[in-house]
Amino acid sequence: MTFLGSATILKSAAFGLAMSAGLLLDQTGAEAAAKTAITVGMAIEPAGLDPTVAAPVAIGQVTWQNIFEGLTTIDKDGKIKPQLAESWQISPDGLTYTFKLRQGVKFHNGVAFDSSVAKFSIDRARGADSVNPQKRYFASIDTVETPDAATLVLKLKQPAGSLLYWLGWPSSTIVEPKSAADNKTTPIGTGPFKFVSWSKGSKVDLARNADYWNKAVSLKLDTAAFRFISDPQAQAAALKAGDVDAFPEFGAPELIKSFEGDKRLTTVIGNTELKVVAGMNNTRKPFSDKKVRQALMMAVDRATVVEGAWSGFGTPIGSHYTPNDRGYQDLTGVYPYDTAKAKALLAEAGFPNGFTFTIKAPQMAYAQRTSQVLQAMFAEIGVTMNIETTEFPAKWVADVLKAADYDMTIVAHAEPMDIDIYSRDPYYFNYKNPAFNEVLKKVEMTSDAAGQEKLYGEAQTILANDVPALFLFVMPKLGVWDGKVKGLWENEPIPSNVLTDVHWVE
Amino acid sequence: MRKLLRRPVFLIGLVITLALFAIALLSLVWTPFLPTKMNIVHKLKAPLDFGLLGTDQFGRDVASMLMVGAWNSLSTSILAVLLGASVGTAIGVVVAMRRGWLELVVMRGCDIVFAVPPILSAMMLGAFIGSGRFTAIIAIGVFMVPVFARLALGAALQIWTRDYVTAAVSMGRPKAKITLVHVLPNISNQIIVQVTIQLGLAILTEAGLSFLGLGMPPPTPTWGRMLADAQTFLGQAPWLALMPGLAIALAVLGLNMLGDGLRDLLDPRDNS
Repeated sequence: MTFLGSATILKSAAFGLAMSAGLLLDQTGAEAAAKTAITVGMAIEPAGLDPTVAAPVAIGQVTWQNIFEGLTTIDKDGKIKPQLAESWQISPDGLTYTFKLRQGVKFHNGVAFDSSVAKFSIDRARGADSVNPQKRYFASIDTVETPDAATLVLKLKQPAGSLLYWLGWPSSTIVEPKSAADNKTTPIGTGPFKFVSWSKGSKVDLARNADYWNKAVSLKLDTAAFRFISDPQAQAAALKAGDVDAFPEFGAPELIKSFEGDKRLTTVIGNTELKVVAGMNNTRKPFSDKKVRQALMMAVDRATVVEGAWSGFGTPIGSHYTPNDRGYQDLTGVYPYDTAKAKALLAEAGFPNGFTFTIKAPQMAYAQRTSQVLQAMFAEIGVTMNIETTEFPAKWVADVLKAADYDMTIVAHAEPMDIDIYSRDPYYFNYKNPAFNEVLKKVEMTSDAAGQEKLYGEAQTILANDVPALFLFVMPKLGVWDGKVKGLWENEPIPSNVLTDVHWVE
Repeated sequence: MRKLLRRPVFLIGLVITLALFAIALLSLVWTPFLPTKMNIVHKLKAPLDFGLLGTDQFGRDVASMLMVGAWNSLSTSILAVLLGASVGTAIGVVVAMRRGWLELVVMRGCDIVFAVPPILSAMMLGAFIGSGRFTAIIAIGVFMVPVFARLALGAALQIWTRDYVTAAVSMGRPKAKITLVHVLPNISNQIIVQVTIQLGLAILTEAGLSFLGLGMPPPTPTWGRMLADAQTFLGQAPWLALMPGLAIALAVLGLNMLGDGLRDLLDPRDNS
């Protein structure tokens, strides 16, 4: 294939269609026709490609909506939309969901989608030996019934106001019984793109699914590749050289400025759900004392943290909730930056001379830098914080997330609307507040949106006052891509790289 | 003295090394600013715009950080080299005294230690006892042991063939006493030269460990970590990488020149 002249085309020419198209383009110089291949850059390579068996968001960022689809989906504004379920009815008591399923949908291996496949997927996700990362989302389901091939009935034990939203998540996507076990390496879904190959350590190749059921969308891409580049310098170099057409989540805010002079590339700053919080071990002394946690919160100047850690790109938060979540309240004023008050509160808690503790910080730049800024801020109130770099994900998951063996840690929580993690037991914060759990239970019992939003407001306020973790800031989505690429999501209501609408314009 | 002046390499090396030690010692009592003090309003200021050498991404004074970094780098390296030199030399002279199977075993042992680079042993050590100054000293020191063991063995074996040593042996003096009285003093010149040269290598290794996050944890400033942190700021604040890079290069250059000069100076065969 080396006879192809252009390096960019060569790279995308892994498949017959693209190759012949590219070859023609290259030789005739037909500049009017738009490109039909894209290379999207990602910082982290997933360990597998099945979003229904493992948590890392990188899995969904490759597969969700591209390969795998769900009964419902979440659009670029964060709204719930029908997908493999055409429509649904909810009984007045909120306990029976009747889905009318789409007909004529086929998996990439030719298997037809029907109610038995949907039942299989849901039972697989909620079953006793399921390793689904969001298994608790299926806990409210009592029985799954299939009166006919086009109807799926979910009977619930108790109302679950967020069920339709959860069904749109990557972890709730529909898989087919024959191929499900191998989805980790060769994912088979119903989506607009088929899996082609995975060169470990380098890239995942996808090609257009010619038999895609949804004729309402016109797919412009023939092929797509996800390339994995972890080093921000290399990410910038790949973008500038055109090796990568888009980096939807560029890794280094301090390098964003370096794209300013480049006319070909555009920079798009959007919203994400990435909440950077410094979790504390709420059962370990001295963090078991609410006053200590509040004092530490007041020692932190969030705006300066954002400036120092992420070059000023980011929005301060006062609770585990982002401004684009529904029912958001700005609670950054509950414990604002005030070193004098912080010192006084610390003295009141019995630490007039401060104390010493260790933060287990992952190696990612945002975590390391934020830790260093926090270290300097805590020093101002006499608290000494040692930084212990803890490798993410393996060691961090084992030590902090699973064993909760830590004083303080710092990590960006990527899942949208995951304020309920503070009600989980066990969870690494070791935060136990029955009043908070009660509010979240009520959210699920409430079916109207306004009522839910009010309750979410209450939940946020409880956290802002209790400070189980230091709520710092939301990271923005720093997107950098070729100006001719259109249709990528600017915001990120859920971690994803949806390619359905992506196309090139000339 | 005239002999000294005819050796510019030695003099330049000496001046650089002394300056390095002076700065390192000065940092213990005085720095222009507190090296850990963040002042984010003044971040990424160019040299002379704020402080002598500008500020880093947190608005910390680069000059102050470099000074404290010099102390951290030097003290770690010196301790590591002293550890390696004392243990290595001891092994070398004992083996030279005993020879036989011991020589074989120890030399193969040295080969094994040589095969594991200090970065790797620091990572293994770090996994057990956590990274930090102690880990760095042990990792670098252990790597230095075979260097000195081999040097001491080779030099000591030469001494053992000298007539005055043969005379001492034939007079029935115990071997241990001969080693202490005749062998050690006569190989000390070569050991001192090697210490100087290894010091440069130790500084480089320490910077490498810090660069990889295996050195002293923040906020302690180290040249290696300053260099690592500067990477993504290369475009907008090149001095952040340039300054610690220059510091490391100068320190290693100075120590190597000093070592070379010392070797010439202490070479007994050189009578010019």
